[in-house]
Amino acid sequence: MKYIDEYRDRELVSRLVSEIQKVSRKDIALMEVCGGHTMAIQKFGIPFLLPPTIHLLSGPGCPVCVSSRKYIDQAIAYSRLDDVIITTFGDLIRVPGSTSSFEKEIAAGADVRIVFSILDALKIATENPENRVVFLGIGFETTAPGSAAGVLNAAKQGLTNFFLFSSHKIMQPAMEALIDEGVKIDGYIAPGHVSTITGTGIYKDIPAKFGLGCVITGFEPVDLLHSILMLTRQVEDNKPEVAIQYKRAVKPEGNLKAKKMLDEVFDLRDDWWRGLGILKKSGLVLREKYSRFDAEKMIDVEVEETREDKGCICGEILKGLKKPGDCKLFAKACTPSDPFGACMVSNEGACHAYYKYNRDG
Amino acid sequence: MDKKILLGHGSGGKLTHNLIENLFVRHFHNPVLADQTDSALLSLDTTNVAFTTDSFVVDPLFFPGGNIGKLAIAGTVNDLAVSGAKPLYLSASFIIEEGYDFNDLEKIVQSMAEEAKKAGVQIVTGDTKVVNKGKCDKIFITTTGLGTLSSQLKHISTADKVKRGDKIIINGTIGDHGMAVLAAREFLNLKSDITSDCACLNHLINKALNVSAQIHFMRDATRGGVATVLTELAEITGMGIEIDEQQIPVNENVRGMCELLGYDPLYVANEGKVIMVVASEDTDQVLKAMNNNKLGSNSSVIGEIVDEHPGRAWIKTTIGGKRILDMLAGEQLPRIC
Ligand code: SF4
Repeated sequence: MKYIDEYRDRELVSRLVSEIQKVSRKDIALMEVCGGHTMAIQKFGIPFLLPPTIHLLSGPGCPVCVSSRKYIDQAIAYSRLDDVIITTFGDLIRVPGSTSSFEKEIAAGADVRIVFSILDALKIATENPENRVVFLGIGFETTAPGSAAGVLNAAKQGLTNFFLFSSHKIMQPAMEALIDEGVKIDGYIAPGHVSTITGTGIYKDIPAKFGLGCVITGFEPVDLLHSILMLTRQVEDNKPEVAIQYKRAVKPEGNLKAKKMLDEVFDLRDDWWRGLGILKKSGLVLREKYSRFDAEKMIDVEVEETREDKGCICGEILKGLKKPGDCKLFAKACTPSDPFGACMVSNEGACHAYYKYNRDG
Repeated sequence: MDKKILLGHGSGGKLTHNLIENLFVRHFHNPVLADQTDSALLSLDTTNVAFTTDSFVVDPLFFPGGNIGKLAIAGTVNDLAVSGAKPLYLSASFIIEEGYDFNDLEKIVQSMAEEAKKAGVQIVTGDTKVVNKGKCDKIFITTTGLGTLSSQLKHISTADKVKRGDKIIINGTIGDHGMAVLAAREFLNLKSDITSDCACLNHLINKALNVSAQIHFMRDATRGGVATVLTELAEITGMGIEIDEQQIPVNENVRGMCELLGYDPLYVANEGKVIMVVASEDTDQVLKAMNNNKLGSNSSVIGEIVDEHPGRAWIKTTIGGKRILDMLAGEQLPRIC
């Protein structure tokens, strides 16, 4: 635990905090793009330590939250087919679809299995040749290489009963779209895990085009405060740039092998984001060469009409325009045990994080 | 050949009779049980009794620091003890899956007997049922407990006397039981040296009650962990609670495993931890009394009752930040006790 304690040291934290207090003059808003950051910020009570000049906003980096309800509906429709086994990470189980959820479908007899990696899904496909096995691929550049590796593996094994249902997205179009929409922020606390894959390249236009700094940040309190300090300095000095705070994990060029694999397997397509609508070239779809593994192309299914919940303002929250507390349903009709929107279900969702750690905030 | 539990052991016939005689009566031996009356006949010298029951389905049955039998005794004894009661009598009911290993059953019964002896309680009645293979998972145990309660201690369960400035005490490290059980599950393939804290706390609690008449609340922090007890306390008293994460003892290996698996020790189950709320002026003597006992040697003050944010528990985080402490929402570790 030594490794972690270093990044949770009370003294180091208080040094960083007083440095931030010294540097900060302007009123600024920084956006933590990644849901993992939102969680850590709230869990460690970081807002309490910051001067009133610094505001933190959570952004569109919770994959389950930005994915469309139609995606959930379609996945549920697959699960209702007799020969289909759904394989998924655990956090999708309780996400509400238009009229159902996996939790309800499981109770009604659907075969939905929680896996820890796509390789488990491949194994299930091998062991159940009579069934079609669908893996729900969700997430940004962090999880997409895993799905790519899974598909390559399936091709190598010659599997014919394995399918990927991709909701994979890439981060940078959303970060640019937000600003185009007029969201007012002064810098990005840029995602740590995504950047280990992508490197700094995806952010390179943001400082010049929008005048915003991007600091790639780790997930411990010292990381977050260090990055807040770096961004505050950038704003005060009016020198926005891309920088890496999370040097122990992120290289400027990223992970070349993973990037190559992504490119081999996926093509870009226009994709829908909650709160942002359709963003050009922001989603990942299997290339023609691998389309035999594409659930959307290979499995015919009728999907119910999508119904979004009235009153849920997840979209506004994902853009940083509103905070969970601004939602009338927050902590009243909508709670983690009885969620309205995906933002209340996912462990990376802003509503979930605020409910758990900052309910009155 | 290994001896197995057969359906006949629960039939009420000869096999049942043998099982009761050779296993339960032999290990639990006490005069009330030996009489083998239909009901245990007890005489109590008070009109105030505390009465509680709990079922145990822990998986796996054996884990570092204990097994389902020890847990079934400690769990019920502790429920009585934290109410301020003196635990006296228990019942024990077993639901056993056909084919379960007799020697393992005997080990479980033995630990129950040992634990009951340590706690000074008697197992005076019980029942055994055997179900077909596959109809239950090896063995489930239900224990019910009876204790006497002094009328001056009724406020301990209701928290009526909790007031501003009272200190919150815990008798040692948190999260050990939950993580020990989890690590013992085969599929995780984890090697750990975490030991469950499973233990009867009645003697320790008695020591504390002997030195202070101002223990205002007690509860054992089992499922849902310390966080759940504190949020409940804030809710029932309508008062604010503030605790300091840095003061909460956590074993290094428990912290490591929680970090690895994404658990927060504050929410992980304990089976030998009591949270006490004590008047500020009595804190030192209570701590001293507890520190002298093996089960309380790591006792410390972790927080206090405050005026601010009524009805809510707040935590000062390890780095000095602040946030609310909430009950567990959604996922929990199933079959941890
Ligand atoms: S509190 Fe619930 S309903 Fe409101 S925005 Fe969040 S998820 Fe949607």
